[in-house]
Amino acid sequence: MEHTDPFAGERLKLSPFHARQAPMNLRDAWSSWNSYKFADYYYDAQYEYFCIRNTCGTYDICPMQKYEIRGADALAMLNRMVTRDVAKLKLDRVTYCCWCTDEGRMIDDGTIFRLGDDHYMLTCGSPCLAWLRQSALGFTELTVRDISEERAGLSLQGPTACAVLKAMGLAAIEQLKPFGILHFDFRGDTLMVSRTGFSGDLGYELWIDRSLALDLWDALYSAGEHHGIHPYGEAATNMARLEAGFIMPAMEFNEALKTVNFQLDQTPFELNLGWLVDFRKPHFNGRSALLRERDKGPKYTLVKLDIEGNKPANDAILYADRRCKGEIGYVTSAMWSPAAKANIALAMVRTKYLAGDIFAEIYYPKELRPYRKVARCTVRDKPFWAPARTRQTPAPDR
Amino acid sequence: MKRYDAIVIGAGHNGLTNAAYLARAGLDVVVLEKNDYIGGAAVTRELHEGWHYSSCSYVCSMMRQSLHRDLDLSRHGLLLVPYLGTVAFGDDGNTLIDYPDEGAHYLELQRHSPHDADAMSRFQADLGRYAQLIRKTLMRTPPDPASFKPRDIREILFLAKEFWALGERELYEYMRFFTMSAADFLEDYFENDLIKAAMASPGIIGTALGVQSPGSAYILLHHVMGDVDGSVGAWGLARGGMGAISHAIANALREAGGEIRTCAGVERILVRNGTTVGVALENGDELHANIVVSNLDAKRTFTRLLQPEELPPRILERARNFKIRGSSGKVNIALSGLPRFKGLPDNRYINRGGQTFAGSLETMERAYDAWKRGTWSEDPFIESIIPSAWDPTVAPAGKHWMSNFVQYCPPELADGPWTPEKRDAFGQTVINKLERYSPGFKDLIVHMEVRTPHEIEAEIGLTQGNIFQGELTIDQLLFNRPFPGYGQYRMPLRNFYMCGSSTHPGGGVSAACGANAAREILRDLKKPNVVPDDDCYDE
Ligand SMILES: Cc1cc2nc3c(=O)[nH]c(=O)nc-3n(C[C@H](O)[C@H](O)[C@H](O)COP(=O)(O)OP(=O)(O)OC[C@H]3O[C@@H](n4cnc5c(N)ncnc54)[C@H](O)[C@@H]3O)c2cc1C
Repeated sequence: MEHTDPFAGERLKLSPFHARQAPMNLRDAWSSWNSYKFADYYYDAQYEYFCIRNTCGTYDICPMQKYEIRGADALAMLNRMVTRDVAKLKLDRVTYCCWCTDEGRMIDDGTIFRLGDDHYMLTCGSPCLAWLRQSALGFTELTVRDISEERAGLSLQGPTACAVLKAMGLAAIEQLKPFGILHFDFRGDTLMVSRTGFSGDLGYELWIDRSLALDLWDALYSAGEHHGIHPYGEAATNMARLEAGFIMPAMEFNEALKTVNFQLDQTPFELNLGWLVDFRKPHFNGRSALLRERDKGPKYTLVKLDIEGNKPANDAILYADRRCKGEIGYVTSAMWSPAAKANIALAMVRTKYLAGDIFAEIYYPKELRPYRKVARCTVRDKPFWAPARTRQTPAPDR
Repeated sequence: MKRYDAIVIGAGHNGLTNAAYLARAGLDVVVLEKNDYIGGAAVTRELHEGWHYSSCSYVCSMMRQSLHRDLDLSRHGLLLVPYLGTVAFGDDGNTLIDYPDEGAHYLELQRHSPHDADAMSRFQADLGRYAQLIRKTLMRTPPDPASFKPRDIREILFLAKEFWALGERELYEYMRFFTMSAADFLEDYFENDLIKAAMASPGIIGTALGVQSPGSAYILLHHVMGDVDGSVGAWGLARGGMGAISHAIANALREAGGEIRTCAGVERILVRNGTTVGVALENGDELHANIVVSNLDAKRTFTRLLQPEELPPRILERARNFKIRGSSGKVNIALSGLPRFKGLPDNRYINRGGQTFAGSLETMERAYDAWKRGTWSEDPFIESIIPSAWDPTVAPAGKHWMSNFVQYCPPELADGPWTPEKRDAFGQTVINKLERYSPGFKDLIVHMEVRTPHEIEAEIGLTQGNIFQGELTIDQLLFNRPFPGYGQYRMPLRNFYMCGSSTHPGGGVSAACGANAAREILRDLKKPNVVPDDDCYDE
């Protein structure tokens, strides 16, 4: 029948978990991510957000890009590409990293999994095969393979996440440290579990061959029945990551390779990711530009803001005084945080104004009519949500 | 001997809040609690191993967000989780499901009455308008209408301005609202009895009024004016039970340098020359302080902790006649599994939220009639929720506990005082009703705690077990709370204040009474105010 569908070319791809997720998407709240049909939410965005903070939820990461990088040159290639020192990454460990253009502008961020001596997996939000190929130039002992389609990934986040995996029979899972990896036998294949995620809470990511995706789902959901498991989509994940202070492409940063206007992309220093840049490495892409940036100081700095009142400061422009004369920055993401009970935001502020007063000019609607409000902002160093369990090993049950 | 700046009697959530703000303002403050646990009616207790009951209050909506934020209660361990999907059960076996999705909710109402489905939006807009005005008063000290102090006049002008903003017609409606019954109010909107019963149910929770009694419309409003994260009328659960609220406030208090002493029941308040100077504990110890604050209800404070000769007779009379009739029971039940209810689909979102066994307006009024006769109805009104379906910390995984709030339950029985046997018979009545709606329910019971007004008074000192520390009728609201002329937290003895739910804005876990009282105390001490404003003025 497929060839008779005149809209076949416009239909989105379906995740290997789709068969289970679709019936649970009671609201038909679909949008898309990397050409996959992707849920904004399933039942109620707020409900799902609270699953992440109170019980646990699953987030489909199949649309994320996954690349397998193998060979004697794999480490050298990755180390030339990303700003962090991958040589320090031990076997069965994961590291968060970013990579930049020669000009030191950020292309994307992602995670690198070390799976063997010469075997890595790189995950990231946007497809980057072209950049990987360029980054591989000059290296011969190397294969780069897009495994996005063959590997299914499911993120399990929230305080009962460990209890669910235990109930699923994953022995000693509570001993897994943050950013660690464990492998388990699952239906004759291997289930890889990493203690990683994008929620700022206790959480894991589960990786398995696509053919076993639904088996994994069923095992997980039957183990999770008494632990409040529920799928969540883009809306809830966006809330959780903002509370955790994590950046998103197309929100906090404009991917450098897609940026038209000069310097409307960002450097890692501007994004407060200076800690990801390791100048002890003799060479990596963007090194000299980033050295200059480090010495001169970034023009903008990404900060966490705690804003007075309870009106979210979406798209707000920032000023140094209440009268709103002279812009000093802008808000990149904002929300009322139910867990922190604070009006929070991530914002780009001209670095030299960081020490002074910061005010946000907020527009908010009341029964169709827009109202304006100028609210004082306070810069916060710590994430708005960082419960102890996120870092504890053994991981608690709830 | 050590002299404190302030003694707060009672570690209810309001006493703790009051003390936290006094400590933050630099005062040396101690909270004295008679029980070996804190929290008063905002408490979590493990009465059966592995099960943690919110023994008294069970859901949260009135808690002032600005206080939560200012006291940093999230960092101190508090997470409020809104819950969805309440079902009202009718006498005839019919159900009314409160779906969170607007479209689904409309269809559900339409199934019962197309007229009422349409009327609901007007009802909600009207109620929202009334709620908005009341919300704005929660964190303000009521003005004394008989005073000519600039501050009182300013406050009266504020209220007048808010009132006028409603428009002329609404002004009349508003006045009516304070004095009418919930049933009459609903008559203006709805025709379907189950819809009316479901909507009326907040109007009888905790009150010694019936759905037909004048004044119950305000009780209804009192229960829907709260919010969770700005969603007005929504209710949430505190992760870890209601005690998590008290414990988070206690952590904030200790962080600010305050002290809490449990097992320190106060026998009497010490008064010299019309000034309070300290307290005497039940164990005979005396503690001295410049300021004494009572978190107990007004009746208890004035008739138990103070001597008649220390008080103006007018106040003593007011205290003795303070309306604080107990009317509620609570049955907490540990369950080996999730109960299923007749007539409900196996929908995971709605068969585990709240259950309102309202029946009909008639059944609710009958239950009230029984209370008046000094007994309980065989068909009581029950408002239930299964917190363990939401909160993984209050029962073992896969097991549950159900909170059942019962109207009505008399403070004294016509045939004599409460006995353990009568208490258990009351509990049995509740289980029998639940069994009718959920066949097999009894087989799930692992443990239960039955609380009549007698237990509630004996354990946490709420006189007659009145959950609000005094009836919420206009004669005891705003500047009339607890007594006319004493609506500003200062009591008729020097250096003596009240901070519990007997003061404005009344009962419920809001922390507003305690915070408002702290603001007044700091004002008298000429200290800078550290209590934040409410954050609802932009609504
Ligand atoms: C059964 C029940 C259900 C309720 N349900 C809800 C609900 O779901 N949601 C809601 O918002 N509200 C509910 N309420 C109302 C709410 O719980 C109360 O209004 C609120 O908790 C009162 O707080 P408080 O600090 O003012 O006083 P209390 O909590 O009454 O605190 C007074 C404290 O003083 C202590 N004390 C008493 N005598 C002495 C003494 N002599 N010396 C020292 N200490 C003493 C007591 O032990 C207690 O700790 C309910 C109440 C009850 C009883």
